[in-house]
Amino acid sequence: MAATFHGVGATVAALSSSSSSSSSSSSPSNSFGSKILLSSPSRSFSVRKRASFTMVRSEGSMNFDLNFKGRRAQQLIANAVATKADSSPASSSSKPGHELLLFEALREGLEEEMERDPRVCVMGEDVGHYGGSYKVTKGLATKFGDLRVLDTPIAENSFTGMGIGAAMTGLRPVVEGMNMGFLLLAFNQISNNCGMLHYTSGGQFTIPIVIRGPGGVGRQLGAEHSQRLESYFQSIPGIQMVACSTPYNAKGLMKAAIRSENPVILFEHVLLYNLKERIPDEDYICNLEEAEMVRPGEHVTILTYSRMRYHVMQAAKTLVNKGYDPEVIDIRSLKPFDLYTIGNSVKKTHRVLIVEECMRTGGIGASLIAAITENFNDYLDAPIMCLSSQDVPTPYAGTLEEWTVVQPAQIVAAVEQLCQ
Amino acid sequence: MALSRLASSSSRSADLLKPLCSAISLRRPISTDTTPITVETSVPFTSHQCDTPSRSVQTNAKELFTFFRDMALMRRMEIAADSLYKAKLIRGFCHLYDGQEAVAVGMEAAITKKDCIITAYRDHCTFVARGGTLLEVFAELMGRQAGCSRGKGGSMHFYKKDSNFYGGHGIVGAQVPLGCGLAFAQKYSKDEAVTFALYGDGAANQGQLFEALNISALWDLPAILVCENNHYGMGTAEWRAAKSPAYYKRGDYAPGLKVDGMDAFAVKQACTFAKEHALKNGPIILEMDTYRYHGHSMSDPGSTYRTRDEITGVRQERDPVERIRKLILSHDLATEKELKDIEKEIRKEVDDAIAQAKENPLPESSELFTNVYAKGLGVESFGADRKEVRAILP
Repeated sequence: MAATFHGVGATVAALSSSSSSSSSSSSPSNSFGSKILLSSPSRSFSVRKRASFTMVRSEGSMNFDLNFKGRRAQQLIANAVATKADSSPASSSSKPGHELLLFEALREGLEEEMERDPRVCVMGEDVGHYGGSYKVTKGLATKFGDLRVLDTPIAENSFTGMGIGAAMTGLRPVVEGMNMGFLLLAFNQISNNCGMLHYTSGGQFTIPIVIRGPGGVGRQLGAEHSQRLESYFQSIPGIQMVACSTPYNAKGLMKAAIRSENPVILFEHVLLYNLKERIPDEDYICNLEEAEMVRPGEHVTILTYSRMRYHVMQAAKTLVNKGYDPEVIDIRSLKPFDLYTIGNSVKKTHRVLIVEECMRTGGIGASLIAAITENFNDYLDAPIMCLSSQDVPTPYAGTLEEWTVVQPAQIVAAVEQLCQ
Repeated sequence: MALSRLASSSSRSADLLKPLCSAISLRRPISTDTTPITVETSVPFTSHQCDTPSRSVQTNAKELFTFFRDMALMRRMEIAADSLYKAKLIRGFCHLYDGQEAVAVGMEAAITKKDCIITAYRDHCTFVARGGTLLEVFAELMGRQAGCSRGKGGSMHFYKKDSNFYGGHGIVGAQVPLGCGLAFAQKYSKDEAVTFALYGDGAANQGQLFEALNISALWDLPAILVCENNHYGMGTAEWRAAKSPAYYKRGDYAPGLKVDGMDAFAVKQACTFAKEHALKNGPIILEMDTYRYHGHSMSDPGSTYRTRDEITGVRQERDPVERIRKLILSHDLATEKELKDIEKEIRKEVDDAIAQAKENPLPESSELFTNVYAKGLGVESFGADRKEVRAILP
């Protein structure tokens, strides 16, 4: 007896397309598309019983407006990007929002959530008195005290476990790995306890923990401090993974991750902490499962995340000069993939290039290729190309390190090859 | 040996009881009598960096009967699970707790449901002590819907959130940092409650225990680490696995207490002491000297690394249920027949629960995808595509 569990896309498509059409009417006068989403589209999956099909849905109420819309007076916006105000040459003083660096955006998000909910606490090495090795938690210890911003000894396995234990009772810890690579020591806790407890307890416990930290290849940090753990964690059932890339989505994802009932791993990048951007003053979050349309286009879909987004945008400049029109999507949600946005893009352009910082073997790109091929094979005019880092430990020497990671020139060459 | 100790203790307390006994003569219902009885623990406590609690434990007939009933129920339940496993109704791994019941029962008597307990995979009896029903146990063991984890956890994943029982963990050692996290949450929320994180002599060698203990001691958490030392880590005897088998001393800066884990009253006394200590002074380690009659799990005969004589010896001299039975009899609180009747009643209860669990249906196939994620921000478990489910089930 083979039963295919088939979900409904139609209702969703209708709703989402209506929301996307409403957004295209707002004027993005820059290369950033802005999608106004007041909440994740309320998916009313109709129950369709066909011969061999059965509807499969997770349990629980589908109250999407709970967190997002807020029953509070404050309206929460879940934009994909910081809406750039009218790019008319107004003076910067009249521009709405405030400018800050990415690590400050993370801190702002964390601080706002800690103020809003007394159950949020931060645990990590040197997050308290030292202020965080990348200054993400600077000032929080003096503001919230030692019981909410906790300096731990160097014991990732146990303090991650403690965070998970605390989360089982209802606290909302944010566990920081000083470098993502150190969290390998806590893999057991993340995989077996964090990911699985909600399932093995039959839904009794939720683990609203956020595990975050900088990862990725930095500037000659050496092999062990340049790891990309998203490829190792991606199979763990029960967790969500997101990667931030701009101050806007860093703050939004941090806030959404803290509010989520599920364990979320937030991947930051060592080299992106000093990015500057103007973000809105008002309260907002970013949808955890959504991809960001960075640059709409027609010829080829380039899927990327985290630091590679900037390499792609750099290559995009060259490509535009050469006459190509790439569509750049920052997938942001590494688990689950936003196959909706990606699928729509593939249906439009018919060519896909994935640019990632993970290794070639078993990386996010590999899973993404499989997911796209499985779902959208008919729409592809050419095989999917994936540019990833080389399958080597990251070397120390600068030139070698440059060659392990994908560079803009390679991206341009790949697009040219793809579009032949 | 135990008998002689009991005789001496009963001779001491006999003076107190004689007049009561004669007054109560053909007593009914003795099981609710709360007249205090003083019992001596089998051996004195040994301590590390702290005072020892007194050997005399206050109890009463009601408690004695509760202990007897609970432990007999647990014993019966585990034996029944043994038969069910051999009948292939329980699959996978099944770790039985018979012999160690005194730890679960004694601990429960010393604490409230606000205190948290977390343990590893030998959790059937701890679950029952925390208020789990027999049906939930057997249904979960057989993978049915009425199980405490809806059939999706199995023997090693029993949880009971409303009585603060946090499981039920397969990979040993990992539950101790979780337990210290529970203690952290209790301190954070100012609960005035403690957490008992149980682990075995095998898991005592895990590094994460020492990490967690370090952090708990630094942050003054109300965490009580309880080592259920049944002297064998699966097939490896404790002297072969631990250079220092004095587990209660391993806390170094953290105080420790060694307790006879086969004596429910010693356990109760130690847990009361520990709770008081942890609330004021931070973490403490309890080592329960206990023994399991079965092998490590149902796949382990339990006799390749120890002699049958050893097992029968412990059963004769230190059995926890027998100890309570003798106490009851020596204090003339019930007759042999009455106790046998209680056991018959328990047997019937267990059999009924098993029958009921057998009737219970297996989980629906849609249950495969429930509870992977919590509903909150609209995540539904659909595999890679969040809007479409693609799975073909056999």
